[in-house]
Amino acid sequence: MKINFEHLQSAHCENGVTQSLLKNIGVHQITEPLAFGIGSGLFFVYIPLLKINNGPVIAFRTLPGHIFKRTCQELGIQVVRKKFTSKEQAETFLNECLASGHPVGCQVGVYYLPYFPKEYRFHFNAHNIIVYGHEEDKYLVSDPVMENVATLSSYELERVRFTKGLLAPKGQIYYPKARAIVTEVQIKKAIRSGIKKNANNMLQIPVPIVGVKGIRYTGNRIKKWRDSLGLKQAGLYLAQLVRMQEEIGTGGGGFRYIYGAFLQEAHAYHPIDTLLEISKMFTLSGDLWRTAAVQASGIYKGRIGSQEDFNVMGDYLLEIAEIERKAFLALSKIKWRT
Amino acid sequence: MKKEDVPQDLSSLGKMSKEVCYATDNSGKYVTKLSKGWDIKITALDATWQDIEERIAAAHEKVLHKETSPLLFFMERGLMDIGILASYTGFWKWQIKRHLKPGVFKNLPDKKLRRYAEVFNVSVDDFKNMNVHED
Repeated sequence: MKINFEHLQSAHCENGVTQSLLKNIGVHQITEPLAFGIGSGLFFVYIPLLKINNGPVIAFRTLPGHIFKRTCQELGIQVVRKKFTSKEQAETFLNECLASGHPVGCQVGVYYLPYFPKEYRFHFNAHNIIVYGHEEDKYLVSDPVMENVATLSSYELERVRFTKGLLAPKGQIYYPKARAIVTEVQIKKAIRSGIKKNANNMLQIPVPIVGVKGIRYTGNRIKKWRDSLGLKQAGLYLAQLVRMQEEIGTGGGGFRYIYGAFLQEAHAYHPIDTLLEISKMFTLSGDLWRTAAVQASGIYKGRIGSQEDFNVMGDYLLEIAEIERKAFLALSKIKWRT
Repeated sequence: MKKEDVPQDLSSLGKMSKEVCYATDNSGKYVTKLSKGWDIKITALDATWQDIEERIAAAHEKVLHKETSPLLFFMERGLMDIGILASYTGFWKWQIKRHLKPGVFKNLPDKKLRRYAEVFNVSVDDFKNMNVHED
C-alpha cells in the first residue's frame, strides 16, 4: 500500500518533514524556510555540564519537535502526536495511520539507520523521517535530507524508532490531523508571530547559555579551552562544535542561511524593506560561522593551536553574537502594517 | 555564502546523496544548491573518528592489563557512555560501573553477560574474550 506522496529534499530534517507533511495536506504555500521561520527554528544553546559523545552539547536550532509543533500551531493545524512504551503498539498505530492514508513523521535515532554512512551514525536521537507506505515487507521512507527515498524493514524501522539515550524517540509519531487550507492572512500572521517568538528566544531568555548570550558565553569559554582541556581535547571539542553546526545538510552556518532565506520569503508577504536588510545580516552571520569553522578545523587538524588561535576563534563567536543581537533587535522592532 | 561558493568536496555521505544548501545568487536572492560535502566538515568527522579509534585501542590495552573489563572495550566500540548503555541493557549505572571491574566481571553469570552481548550484537563468548569480527 502506498500513499500518494511526493518526496522533497531539504537542508534540515525537521524542516523537511514539516514542509512535506503540510504540503501533503494541502498547504501548498509552505517551503522549508517558511517552516523554519514560522516554527521559530533558529536558536543557540551550549550546555556546559552535559556531554554527548565525549564532547560539549551545542545546538544551533530549537528543540527537536518544536519546529513542526509551532508551525502547525501558528497555521491553526491540528496535530496528532503519540509516543509509545510498547513496540507492538507503535507498529500497529503506524500501520493504522498508513491504512487511513496519512503519511507520518517519525522521530528516529541515527545509530542504527542503515542507509546512513557509518561515519555519521552516532547516538543521535533527534532525526526525523516520513513513513509514507508499506510494500511487501518494507516500509517506504522519505528522509528529507536524502536525495532519494529509502526503504526499511519493519525490524529496522522498529530499531531506529526505539533507540535509547538522550532524547530517546520512544516511537514518536506525528502528523497533521486533517486536510487544511491556509490563507494568505494566516501565513502573514504566522510569519509575524514566528519572528517575534524567535527574537524573544534569542534575546530575552534570562539564562547566560542560550540565545545571543549563549554564543557570547561559548566564545569566551573557547578562549579558555586550550588551558582547561589541553590542546587535543580542545580540538575535539571544536570538531564537535563544527559537527553540530553542520548537521547533515545545513552546510556552513546553514541554519543562519535558512533564516536569511526565510526573511526574503517573509518580504513577499510583508513588503517591509527592513526584512531584506536583516536577511543580509543573517547571511553575514552564516558566513562568519563558516569562517569560524575553518579556524576551528585548523586547530583540530593540528595545523595551528596557539592561544592566539583560540582567541581568534572565540572572537569570531563574539562578533557573531553581536551581529545576531542587532539583527534580532531590529526584527523585534519592526512595525508590522498587517 | 554565494551560490558558486557552495563547497563540493566529496564526503562519505556525498557518495550516496548530495545535501541541500542555501546560498545567494548574483542578485542576492536565496536559492538552493546541492553540495557533495565540505572539507571542513569531513575533517571534523575524521578527527572525531580518529579519537574514537584511539579510545578503542586504549580500552583494549587496559583490558589486557586487567585494569578494566571487556565491557569498556565494547562500550567505546559502540560509541556508548554508561548512561546510554544503562538504558539499552536495563542495568543501573552503578551496576555497569561495577561490571567494569575485571574482578567483578569475571564472576558475572551468563544471564547478565547475555544482556550486554545482545546489545553489542556479539556472542557471549566473544564478549568475554573481546573478539570482534569486522562487519
